[in-house]
Amino acid sequence: MVSPVLICAIGNESRGDDALGVKLLRELDAWLKAESRAEQFELLEEFQLQIEHAMDMKDRHLVLFVDAGINVAAPFLFYRAQQNDGPVLYSHALAPEALLKVYAQFYKEAPPDVYILCIRGESFELGEGLSPQADENLEAALEFGKKLAKQPQRQIWDNYCVQKPMEDFMRREDNHPA
Amino acid sequence: MSASLETAVHPENLRRVVIDPVSRVEGHGKVTILLDDKNKVHQVRLHIVEFRGFEKFIQGRPYWEVPVMVQRLCGICPVSHHLAASKAMDHIVGAKHLTATAEKMRRLMHYGQILQSHALHFFHLCSPDLLFGFDSDISKRNIVGIAEKYPDTAKRGILLRKFGQEVIRHTAGKRIHGTGAVPGGVNKSLSIAERDELLRDIYQMVSWSRDAVHLVKQMHHQNPELYNSFGAFRANYMSIVGLDGGLDLYHGHLRGRDENGNIIFDGVDYQNYSQLIAEEVKNWSYMKFPYLKALGTEKGWYRVGPLSRVQNCDFIPTPLAEVERRDFIAFSGVMPMHAPLGYHWARMIEMLHAAEMIKQLLHDDDITGSDLITSGERGSEGVGVIEAPRGTLIHHYRVDENDLVTMCNLIVSTTHNNQAMNEAVRRVAQQYLHGHEVTEGLLNHIEVAIRAFDPCLSCATHALGKMPLQVELLNGAGEQLSTLSRSGDGSICSEG
Repeated sequence: MVSPVLICAIGNESRGDDALGVKLLRELDAWLKAESRAEQFELLEEFQLQIEHAMDMKDRHLVLFVDAGINVAAPFLFYRAQQNDGPVLYSHALAPEALLKVYAQFYKEAPPDVYILCIRGESFELGEGLSPQADENLEAALEFGKKLAKQPQRQIWDNYCVQKPMEDFMRREDNHPA
Repeated sequence: MSASLETAVHPENLRRVVIDPVSRVEGHGKVTILLDDKNKVHQVRLHIVEFRGFEKFIQGRPYWEVPVMVQRLCGICPVSHHLAASKAMDHIVGAKHLTATAEKMRRLMHYGQILQSHALHFFHLCSPDLLFGFDSDISKRNIVGIAEKYPDTAKRGILLRKFGQEVIRHTAGKRIHGTGAVPGGVNKSLSIAERDELLRDIYQMVSWSRDAVHLVKQMHHQNPELYNSFGAFRANYMSIVGLDGGLDLYHGHLRGRDENGNIIFDGVDYQNYSQLIAEEVKNWSYMKFPYLKALGTEKGWYRVGPLSRVQNCDFIPTPLAEVERRDFIAFSGVMPMHAPLGYHWARMIEMLHAAEMIKQLLHDDDITGSDLITSGERGSEGVGVIEAPRGTLIHHYRVDENDLVTMCNLIVSTTHNNQAMNEAVRRVAQQYLHGHEVTEGLLNHIEVAIRAFDPCLSCATHALGKMPLQVELLNGAGEQLSTLSRSGDGSICSEG
């Protein structure tokens, strides 16, 4: 029996603000345990998303991906991932939207409700710690993450979403350093 | 074998076509092509923005941290870095011979990595080109298109990949940031439950891997003209081979062959790699160009990876993969196969071998043993070499009396293949672009050649699925004539 909510942080903690998702996840993990809410959640850390992560989404009620991004207003953006109906290019890493499509193809069913919490980062250099701005953004995002965790319900999460996410901001070339 | 089309005689009079970045490879790769007014190709270069700064990242850290830290160098093959660093650090702790359990656990982890990496590359990155055609409808030329037309193929790719990741999780302790290998051994063995869980699926994985070999073999037999000639160039090749001459992706000595398949060095202890290999710097590329010192820069460059390994060994020590190796060698004839598309066939033979090795190891009682670590006389320098999915990976460290790393040198597989990949794209440019109007389909031919090597240019940040392709046509004055761009969602936009 899988936990109803999957929270997956994507990033490399040795590359500056790319660690935002991972750091949020660990803080959230401690808080969930302290609040005796951990059993509803499974927390995963990943460098990047790949095809097999579609299998981690199976039988979930809600899925939240937490990631760092450049082209997003501080402190963070929260929105619902939409399955991309157009063709999707694939690399060794996938966007959450592409993962929804893989899920639908693999299981022949609609994927679960998937949300993205994208925290603004500034600097992604190898060996660097979090930038001061990212630290502030993390604090705000963590409080928001706790709010989500207190009410893991689709309707409530939908209400927190921005109405329409910035057009394709996750795929813009300058959104994230490769 | 020598490079042509590397530098045009009069570049000022030529149009410049840029493919930036190359899609379905990891990280940043860019191809520039110089054409004249009649679309004749004069210069082709693959520029790779190499991952830089990792030596500084590692220097000053305690040696025992390094096998974990280096996993953050690459989000694509962290296990390979983990194991290569651990092998190097074995020399620091004086572990000349690991315990049977430690060596077999590391091998199991490594074969899990090979299996999942090769499955991902073939089923999800290359099969769209191979099954639909290099210049087929771009809207279908991706894994979703594969899933629609070949659902079983796509599903097998996912499940093979998933199984490999589970092997890694059970051997490394975690999906990522694993700590399974440590200087001198490992910190865990398999529990009976973990072993039995993997045993449940391994027979299916072997069967599917064998089917995958047959699929790509069939492609070669059905269209030998394409598969034997596409981007083909002759080259030296190098890998480690087992001490008995068999294919061994975890440990062995260095062997190299020339373009005719004759052995040019063998039995070289990789601790002495620096006596064998040097790296040339070219002013147009961030990535160095390794070469064999004895042959010099012009004749000494070489190829690594599956195509080299399968032809460099004397045999494969698992029965099903050995049958396939023999078929591969027979198909090639008297001379070695040099065609880049042969990488796919060789890669699938290795995937089958990895699956067979996992099965064999899961049936070995040592894998659940408790003798995990050994040590000996403390050393100050160590080299660890492993055959990573993409080719030979070298880690070299020096450690001071305070246990801190003072020197780190890494040569990754993609760097070894730098010249070879450049050669491949030049041949393809000559074969397909020369004298033709540039189209997306033609440019994809260039990318197909690069992808065959499965280059990993990652620095462990994720690209969020975005790999746009942009081509600019400029006149001799550098003015833009037209652009062709492909966005992250696959749509094509043409201007001018």
